[in-house]
Amino acid sequence: MTNSTVQPTPASATPEGGHLLEVRDLYVEFRTSEGVAKVINGVSYHLDAGETLAVLGESGSGKSVTAQAIMGILDSPPAHVRSGQILYQGRDLLTQPEEQRRQVRGKEIAMIFQDALSALNPVFPVGWQISETLRTREGMSRADARRRAIELMDLVKIPAAERRIGDYPHQFSGGMRQRVMIAMALALNPKVLIADEPTTALDVTVQAQIMDLLADLRRDLGMAMILITHDLGVVAGVADRIAVMYAGRIVEHADVRSLYRAPAHPYTKGLLESIPRLDVRGQELATIRGLPPNLMRIPSGCPFHPRCPYVQQVCVDVVPHDLVLGDGRTSACHFAQEVRDDSAR
Amino acid sequence: MSDFETVASSENQAARRGPSGEPGAPNQVGVQKPRSLAGDAWRDLRRNPIFWISLVLVTVVTLMAIVPGLFTANDPQDCVLSRQNAGPSGGAIFGYDFQGCDTYARAVYGSRASLLVGALSALFTGVIALVVGMLAGYFGGWVDAVLSRVIDIVLGIPLLLAAIVLLKRVSTAGPNARITAVIFVLAVLGWTTAARVVRSSVITAKEQDYVAAARMLGAGNGRIMWRHILPNSLAPAIVVLTIALGTFIAAEATLSFLGIGLKAPTISWGQDIDTGRIHMRESSTPLIVPSAFLALTVLAFIMLGDAIRDAFDPKLR
Repeated sequence: MTNSTVQPTPASATPEGGHLLEVRDLYVEFRTSEGVAKVINGVSYHLDAGETLAVLGESGSGKSVTAQAIMGILDSPPAHVRSGQILYQGRDLLTQPEEQRRQVRGKEIAMIFQDALSALNPVFPVGWQISETLRTREGMSRADARRRAIELMDLVKIPAAERRIGDYPHQFSGGMRQRVMIAMALALNPKVLIADEPTTALDVTVQAQIMDLLADLRRDLGMAMILITHDLGVVAGVADRIAVMYAGRIVEHADVRSLYRAPAHPYTKGLLESIPRLDVRGQELATIRGLPPNLMRIPSGCPFHPRCPYVQQVCVDVVPHDLVLGDGRTSACHFAQEVRDDSAR
Repeated sequence: MSDFETVASSENQAARRGPSGEPGAPNQVGVQKPRSLAGDAWRDLRRNPIFWISLVLVTVVTLMAIVPGLFTANDPQDCVLSRQNAGPSGGAIFGYDFQGCDTYARAVYGSRASLLVGALSALFTGVIALVVGMLAGYFGGWVDAVLSRVIDIVLGIPLLLAAIVLLKRVSTAGPNARITAVIFVLAVLGWTTAARVVRSSVITAKEQDYVAAARMLGAGNGRIMWRHILPNSLAPAIVVLTIALGTFIAAEATLSFLGIGLKAPTISWGQDIDTGRIHMRESSTPLIVPSAFLALTVLAFIMLGDAIRDAFDPKLR
């Protein structure tokens, strides 16, 4: 099933075929007192050096849980990885002992969180927090770590970094706080940066600044980035490829241009149609009818079928496989071809 | 670049400097003083008369315990039966007790044992509570289940009953051993409330994103507990312990009053209250003076704890 995912585009290809990071057929469930919630149901995606993958989906689609599984910071209990592999440079992180995984965190793969205020420790100055990692992981001296922290704060364009290094998180504005968070994540020069809804907690003008910053940093530092978001508008300018998630599965996987031009899954199509557009005024905004599925009772067949305008009997009965379309895209829909041709029109 | 944010944040700084900006502050102009939780609490405390009153009382009692000679020139052990229940004279402003000892001098010297017991019991209580509460709250699961039941069990033991049983074993020991024993008993029986407070604040802190962020950057359990969770769950524990310090002093007095705590030659308020009670009909001052000292000290610590708690609670601000 994994070979059916997209071919790497020439620009992002890694030599010798192996991917920098690859999630293979991951299953995660939350075992709660009310029952088992199947949060991730066979997710596979990969990331090559230097590219940006956007993981798109609404709340509860499992996009953040996948990221937490990659970082190894799932709360378990209740979370439980049932099966699957997470390969980083060919080694499976899930089977590694905790001590080895700890070495990967921060240094190889780092993550930035949605709400920077709660992701920063309120009782320490931001400079201390950035340099803590440097001191404990790199064995830097206090003075060196401080110097490096100022460099990092400059790198993420915090004005007057030297003066603000002693300030506490609550003394920063939302955008500046997110920059501090990014500086912390970059401290150990990770090769992969996972940004979990980095702009959701910010207002629109600041959102654009943070996205630009992330794009610049990714380019300048040569990192690979996984951008988790539910905002299609944020993705377009930054990502190389998009994986759309629904009910713990990747329903569509394509490069940005072809996905925006002609979505091949009814869910993606619905998402794109529900973006407010300036050139279409005075009409009611299109929506996707119905609600996201209850993860304890995922619908039979295609999980999207109760909300799908293309629904047929086969959708209720058969779980669709990833259908490989041209130009290296996949869509988990029985009618992928029709949907794409429909949207292209 | 984020011109908008820069402007906004410098406006913020200016606004923040405004009300609190003392013109004579030694800070150089333009450098804004970091406003931390502790800083805010301090600004709050400075304006609270209860805080100052309790602080003065605590300071006086502490000074009394360290250098009792500052407060009285008389020797509390210098007892002459011919002065039995005599009225005030010389340095003895409250007169003499049944044994002919200076009532005031005894109350002054009694502060040492009381404070020592109170402070050390609170300290050990704090250590036990932090360790137990941290482990239970951080690891959860069966660790939490076991430790929480231990807390429940210890909490169920009546303090006085257990203290009587335990202290009977050292009834013939010397004065230092007795003090140690009393501290031990109070700490072993008194840590539970503080441990519950620590546990609950650790549970709150460990769910925070900054703990996940620290883990994401490769911090281990020890580091996360020590550096990220402990500082964020310490404030409520400090408040509980300040209040506990007062109750420990009262508990020591109770034990000594019952004859199972401290004994002569150690001077303590509890013992003096006990002897004063026996001879209350002949003279009441030997009962009233140590009782008043005890009441004021306990009150001072509890008020201090209260004031600190209020100052650290942003909702009351």
